[in-house]
Amino acid sequence: MATDDNSGKDLTAADSGAGHNPANAGTAVVVRDAVDNPGFPPHRPRVTDLNPSAERRAERTVYTLFYLSIVGSVFAIAAYMAFPIVDTDPGSVRLNNLFIGLGLALALLAIGIGAVHWGKALMSDHEGIDVRHPVRGSEETRARAVEIFAEANEESGIGRRSLIRNSLIGALIAFPLPAVVLFRGLGPMNENPSELLTHTMWTKGTRLAIDPTGTPIKASDVTLGSAFHVIPEGLQDLPSGRLEEKAKAAVLLMRLKPEDLNELPERAGWSYDGIVAYSKICTHVGCPVALYEQQTHHLLCPCHQSQFDVSNHCEVIFGPAKRPLPQLPIAVDSEGYLIAQSDFTEPVGPSFWERH
Amino acid sequence: MSITKTTTGVVETTKSNGGFTGAAANYIDERTSISTAVKELGRKIFPDHWSFLLGEVALYSFVIILLSGTFLTFFFSASMAPVHYEGSYVPLKGVEMSAAMSSSLNISFDIRGGLLMRQVHHWAALLFVASIGLHMLRIYFTGAFRKPRELNWVIGFILFILAMAEGFTGYSLPDDLLSGNGLRIIDGMVKGIPLVGTWISFLLFGGEFPGEAIVGRLYSLHILLLPAIIIALIAMHLLFVVVHKHTQYPGAGRTNQNVVGYPVLPVYAAKAGGFFFIVFGVVMLMASLFTINPIWNYGPYDPSPVSAGTQPDWYIGFADGALRLIPPGLEFVWLDRTWSFNILIPLVSLGLFILVVLIYPFIEAWVTGDKREHHILDRPRNAPTRTAIGAAGVTFYAALWSTASSDIIATHFHVTMEGVIHACQFATIVGPFIAFFVAKRVCLALQKKDREIVLHGYESGRIVRLPGGEYIEVHQPVDEYERWKLVSYSDYKPLMIRPNDQGRITAGQRVRGGLSRWFFEDRIVPVTTTELEQSHGDHH
Repeated sequence: MATDDNSGKDLTAADSGAGHNPANAGTAVVVRDAVDNPGFPPHRPRVTDLNPSAERRAERTVYTLFYLSIVGSVFAIAAYMAFPIVDTDPGSVRLNNLFIGLGLALALLAIGIGAVHWGKALMSDHEGIDVRHPVRGSEETRARAVEIFAEANEESGIGRRSLIRNSLIGALIAFPLPAVVLFRGLGPMNENPSELLTHTMWTKGTRLAIDPTGTPIKASDVTLGSAFHVIPEGLQDLPSGRLEEKAKAAVLLMRLKPEDLNELPERAGWSYDGIVAYSKICTHVGCPVALYEQQTHHLLCPCHQSQFDVSNHCEVIFGPAKRPLPQLPIAVDSEGYLIAQSDFTEPVGPSFWERH
Repeated sequence: MSITKTTTGVVETTKSNGGFTGAAANYIDERTSISTAVKELGRKIFPDHWSFLLGEVALYSFVIILLSGTFLTFFFSASMAPVHYEGSYVPLKGVEMSAAMSSSLNISFDIRGGLLMRQVHHWAALLFVASIGLHMLRIYFTGAFRKPRELNWVIGFILFILAMAEGFTGYSLPDDLLSGNGLRIIDGMVKGIPLVGTWISFLLFGGEFPGEAIVGRLYSLHILLLPAIIIALIAMHLLFVVVHKHTQYPGAGRTNQNVVGYPVLPVYAAKAGGFFFIVFGVVMLMASLFTINPIWNYGPYDPSPVSAGTQPDWYIGFADGALRLIPPGLEFVWLDRTWSFNILIPLVSLGLFILVVLIYPFIEAWVTGDKREHHILDRPRNAPTRTAIGAAGVTFYAALWSTASSDIIATHFHVTMEGVIHACQFATIVGPFIAFFVAKRVCLALQKKDREIVLHGYESGRIVRLPGGEYIEVHQPVDEYERWKLVSYSDYKPLMIRPNDQGRITAGQRVRGGLSRWFFEDRIVPVTTTELEQSHGDHH
């Protein structure tokens, strides 16, 4: 069986796999009367080889392109100065971008096209042939490599002195472990993530405020059919951690006709006159569920298309989310402002392992 | 150059009259032995084919990314410390945002050419991943991953994954609304991993999401760790190309033992070097004409707002699509813990998909048992089952990818959101099977056509009326060079399983036999000389 699967006989003295046994062809079918490789087809000269004026034209094209590239570079520098960014004129950014870019593009493309044209039209187009050798080393090389390992083994005794070897392996396994421990410092110490995830900024009596201004919302402001993006009052005044708190506490406030609301009996007192508040953070992977369809009372998460039915305590009606959006129990204080009765009664946002 | 003479152990160099170039070359060679490299590599032969340019595009776009990225690092501030934006983009003046976002806006609006470099960087990154993907498809469908190149396939595939990681980390750096939502999704996915998810998210973000650490951390990965690994792997990838020598398409005169093409000096230096400038120029043209990632329209990250039609960069689409496809209700509380199968199913299936692609060369090598080196590429039709598997994989990926645009599809074509998702679910599950079947049949039909052409010639379009009144079309025989392309391919037959030395047929053998049957039971054998002789004079 030949190792040469193309029957490439005469070409370039191809002696496949010289020096070692022919490789196993597996289930390949090696045909005895396969068609012979006809050898190289006759060389076809290019027009630039035959026609001197075509050759001169190609030469002219190449150097013109290279000069054009210089023009492009100079143009880009000139554009840098001629089209400055003016503070008061937003359009100046576009012109600056456009003309520096066009100059550079010309500079680059002209070099590239010129060089390729030079290579294709003017440089010798006679194909060369390299002979391949098997990737594996020659038999002598391989034998010598084996010998070197044997000598090293003999001289070091790594095979013989098993205590040295095994203790070294142990040490090498153990030494990166401290580095792994160091990575604990990526997160704050003395804090438990699942504990943090179960609480938000909402507490009993926190006023519902408009996102992002922080103005408290009166129940009378919430007209039928409207939806408010809500944050807890005081969020803007936090010295730090505003985004972290907002990422958990963001709420959507909607007013429906009380008869459209199908409330769970245990949540009977959680709404106020058809006004309901639900977490805005999707229970799938945490995008803000920002799109409210007023007619159908459906909430849509734009990231993965989970849909929640507000009239049915925000249960999932489509998409990958499983859990309903958590509801924030609300009431009205003596001045008519909407307030939270308590924090959410379950963790908001995406599911996590310790959630139960 | 110089002539070296050795007399009594002393090396003497005599200057030739090469002028300054010769002197400089001599100076360098005496200190680096670079003439050896020139001798070995200077006339190295590379075969020509347009599809070999795809990998070059990947390499060159990476160089463009390095150049433009270095420029950006001089101006970008990888900090999430809140600042009030005071740059020249009026609509956001005074808005509180992170220093990262503010510096990204300054790059776009206050530094001349800054927006251009940002757009060059982003376009080149999109091109980088795209060209790696196409390069991989070329390698796959032509069987270039076969021995001895299996390991280089693995390296290349790891580069593909790293390129996506680079893309994602870079895309998250400006800390704008869109990228922040991307990180939010990553956070949600990580939290869905059993046992360790909550803690990984906590450590990744340095506390609760979003925290003030993630941009700085991603920046270290994006400009230091990932590029260093990518450069090392690219170096290995190219080293292997030199060691293996490039593959070539079947053609007259080309054998498994030669490489036919043009030498590095001068033709490839001109063509490949010129091609770098062409790729750079095209990217530059795109950056000057087309906006990419207009963060000023999105605004700074805030966990509450989001815009409709949010989409990641194209190469993350398949993962985002996988998340969207999951039907409702796949999350359970069991053993007092939450099992988020709506996240685990996409994660595990994409992981398996990636694993299968990664180890495919070893699977095929095991099935065929072929231990020979393969340097002649397969035409895709000549490996029908492999091509069909590839078509199925492409269809699977494409279905996931289009799902990432389900909402855009729904609004553009005025169809229901739910309908699009259901169609995509169907396409993801059934599509690959259809693609497999169709691609395999098409390959077999094309092989039959090749046989037909070799044995009976091609249709010349010349109609002749015979004396009896019958009309025939004259078939012309193909010339022997053209014929060689049609008949020279390796052909495999299904494995006959045999008992081993203990007289047993192992389970492994059975699996291999089954796979081999599945691969090779439908096969069209190459035309032999005997058949050719029999068909002579039969050209009509």
